[in-house]
Amino acid sequence: MPYLLDKVWILPAIMAGSFLLILFFGKKLLARFGEKATASIGIASIAVCFILSLFIAGQWIQRVNHPPTGADMAAAEEACLGPSEVAAEEMGVEVYAPAEHGEASHGAETEGDHSTEADDGHGTSEPADGEATTSDEHGAAPMATGESAAAATPTAAAAEPAAEEGHEEVIPVCASMTWFESDHIDFEVGTVLDGLSAMMLFTVTMISLLVHLYSLEYLHKDVRFTHYYAFLSLFSASMLFYVLSSNTLQMLVGWELVGVCSFGLIGHWWEQRANTDAALKAFLTNRVGDTGLIIGVVVLFFATGAASFNVFFQNQQALSGELNTTLLLIAALALFWGVTSKSGQFPLHTWLPDAMAGPTPVSALIHAATMVVAGVYLIARMYGVFWGGLEIGDSSIHYVAFIGGFTTIIGGILAFVQQDLKKVLAYSTISQLGYMVMALGVGAWTAGVFHLFTHAFFKACLFLGAGSVSHACHHTFDMREMGGLRKYMPSTHKTFLIATIALAGIFPFAGFWSKDEILAGAANGQGDKAYTLMLVMGLITAFMTAAYMGRAYYKTFRGEYRGHGTPHESPKIITIPLWILAVFATVIGLVNFPGHIIGAVDDAGLAHRFEHYVQPTFAFPTDLEVAPFMYWLAGLSLVLAGFGLAIGIGYFAKGEPLKGMTERNPLARIGYVFLEKKYYLDALYESGIRDTVVMPLARAAYWFNMKVLDGIVNGLGVAARKFGTVLYRYVDQGVVDGAVNGTGLVSEESGQFLRRLQTGKVQQYGALLFGAAVILAAIFVLTNAINA
Amino acid sequence: MDLMLNQFLFLGAILFCIGVYGVLARRNAVMVLMSIELILNSVNINLVAFSTMWGVASGAVFALFVIAVAAAEVGVGLALVLMLYRNMRSIDVDRVDLMKG
Repeated sequence: MPYLLDKVWILPAIMAGSFLLILFFGKKLLARFGEKATASIGIASIAVCFILSLFIAGQWIQRVNHPPTGADMAAAEEACLGPSEVAAEEMGVEVYAPAEHGEASHGAETEGDHSTEADDGHGTSEPADGEATTSDEHGAAPMATGESAAAATPTAAAAEPAAEEGHEEVIPVCASMTWFESDHIDFEVGTVLDGLSAMMLFTVTMISLLVHLYSLEYLHKDVRFTHYYAFLSLFSASMLFYVLSSNTLQMLVGWELVGVCSFGLIGHWWEQRANTDAALKAFLTNRVGDTGLIIGVVVLFFATGAASFNVFFQNQQALSGELNTTLLLIAALALFWGVTSKSGQFPLHTWLPDAMAGPTPVSALIHAATMVVAGVYLIARMYGVFWGGLEIGDSSIHYVAFIGGFTTIIGGILAFVQQDLKKVLAYSTISQLGYMVMALGVGAWTAGVFHLFTHAFFKACLFLGAGSVSHACHHTFDMREMGGLRKYMPSTHKTFLIATIALAGIFPFAGFWSKDEILAGAANGQGDKAYTLMLVMGLITAFMTAAYMGRAYYKTFRGEYRGHGTPHESPKIITIPLWILAVFATVIGLVNFPGHIIGAVDDAGLAHRFEHYVQPTFAFPTDLEVAPFMYWLAGLSLVLAGFGLAIGIGYFAKGEPLKGMTERNPLARIGYVFLEKKYYLDALYESGIRDTVVMPLARAAYWFNMKVLDGIVNGLGVAARKFGTVLYRYVDQGVVDGAVNGTGLVSEESGQFLRRLQTGKVQQYGALLFGAAVILAAIFVLTNAINA
Repeated sequence: MDLMLNQFLFLGAILFCIGVYGVLARRNAVMVLMSIELILNSVNINLVAFSTMWGVASGAVFALFVIAVAAAEVGVGLALVLMLYRNMRSIDVDRVDLMKG
């Protein structure tokens, strides 16, 4: 059945091919046929990938609806776990067998605590089963995830739609081949296709396609047009490669590849020093995190029995509860250190605002929608490890959830003091990434991934909108030189407004649904306890997000135009992608519509589709609780967001009543400067770490290099030369040549001696002959005499 | 019979020694050739003496063979002497030292 799902490697291969084509023929094509010829290679490739990813998503939905059973299922499972089990057995590691498919893993703990409610859940859900349009022919086995959540919250149990679906275990489609083999361990390279990667394929290819189109105009007549499109293709290839990776080593490769593309594209206009600095900063900051990632991969490899790098294998092992929890915790934290840099979490987020030095479409694609969520994707993919290592299921506050929550707040605060529109969006991205990480940290897996999905659309829309604005305003992003653009750029204005509302989380736009799920996840928590701190952090951020977006929106589009010249609306090639993204920002939230709000949607089997198709059921924590929709929380966040928007817009509409407060009030000034200096983090890194730790280290290393290493090397050279001289003088000249010359001399001398015998006189020869005969005879006679 | 054999062997030895002396000491090439004949004939005497002692003919036959070879050898040798003389106007073997190293 899955004729495409096991051949998903085609997608990155297409993009890699496109990269090579542009690299080798791009410039010639550009010179002969113009920019469109070069760009069309990339556009055509990404368009093909987009269409393929639609087919793939469709096939995956088919697979979830009709999961393979019996032998097919076992084969799929074996493909996904790879050769690790055999290897593990050889190594003497006990391999945790997954829970029996079906009823068995129906949480014992759940039944123990809530047996009556659980029964209620069954009772109410069973009649609905018959009417539901779901096609669970294989015996509707009500299963762990959705069910237990329904059971855990009695109020929602009756209406919880997930219960009737029954989460059967749907095995992802895996394809792999051995890369190399070492010490009985197969190092594989392969692809994984499940809901998560299918979702990522769709998101990445779609936004990449729109950005490809958009760049056609945005980078028109750019000095490095070819270079830009080549990098876009390479980035798409790397990102697709990354999300399809079946093992952590392969993920590491993809991770580094996207980092390189990010570096190359941030420094696209490298003539300006600031841009190269930003590129270097991004690259080096990421390198700090990558170290953690590598450590995490290695620790995890050994923690799971040194048998395989396969993600499902490692998740399964981590969830088995039989591993060393300390080791698992170290692995999870080290992996998270990688996430910290890539996904802009505190304290390694500082590179992301600087990365805005790159072209705006790149900011939209790489630094908002796709690459920066690689870290979030990593947590989502390795969720078993994080779940096991951090004990998320206990609702104890742990590092990941806290850092997520903390990042979301500090990012949000910083967005208020930015004058650069792109910087506002960049800090907003940091804040939203913190939201996703926090969601994953509190166990709201679907909520976090869903927010990743919705955020990609409206944040890309905002960035592309900002690019459109800058295109109109003489390439500035300074909001002080904007204002009143509503009149000049109607399309950009409308799409930007839609995306702003979506990001602020106003019903019924996309951000509302995903943000609400995260808040619900934090409120509900795991195992009876709520993540209250994270809930508060999330609510504060919900308010702040709306407020700073209101500010940015007002300063850009309302009021009077403050720049020079007359702005103009961007051409269609820019506004069409904006409109597409705006439509997505409006409706995409409905794919995970909480069913029980409208009963009909629920009955039609349309509720919680995203969760149903994306949340894994294989090698995934079975006791994960999915929070139900809560009216009070949704209402509260909606009120906060509306309030925030109103303040953000109203403050500036009233003519900034508090303006000048930072000059009058010293306390306020201190606060403002503190924010403007970005919490002095950059100063800390530069003067605190770079100047006091790194520079002396570098100097010491330089000294060591010059004096010790070079001394050793030079000394070795001198010694070698001396030794060579001695060797030449005594061994070569003395021994070897002496032997040769001696041989010659001996031959000559002996020849001289023998020459004298050669008199030419036959009688002398005869005399010698006879003399010798006489001597021989004498010897014979004598020996005979002695013997006798 | 034993006494007789010894006498023949003595005769052979004396002839051999005379021959050797002639070969080594004479300057005249013809005399050298003649001395070689003496050596050969001393050997012949020995062969015939032993042949008679054991009562078998092979020694005598071998002696006849030696005489035939000696005749040929003298033929070749005298030819050599002749050519020597033509080239060097002398048959003094001491002067024939062209192979001196």
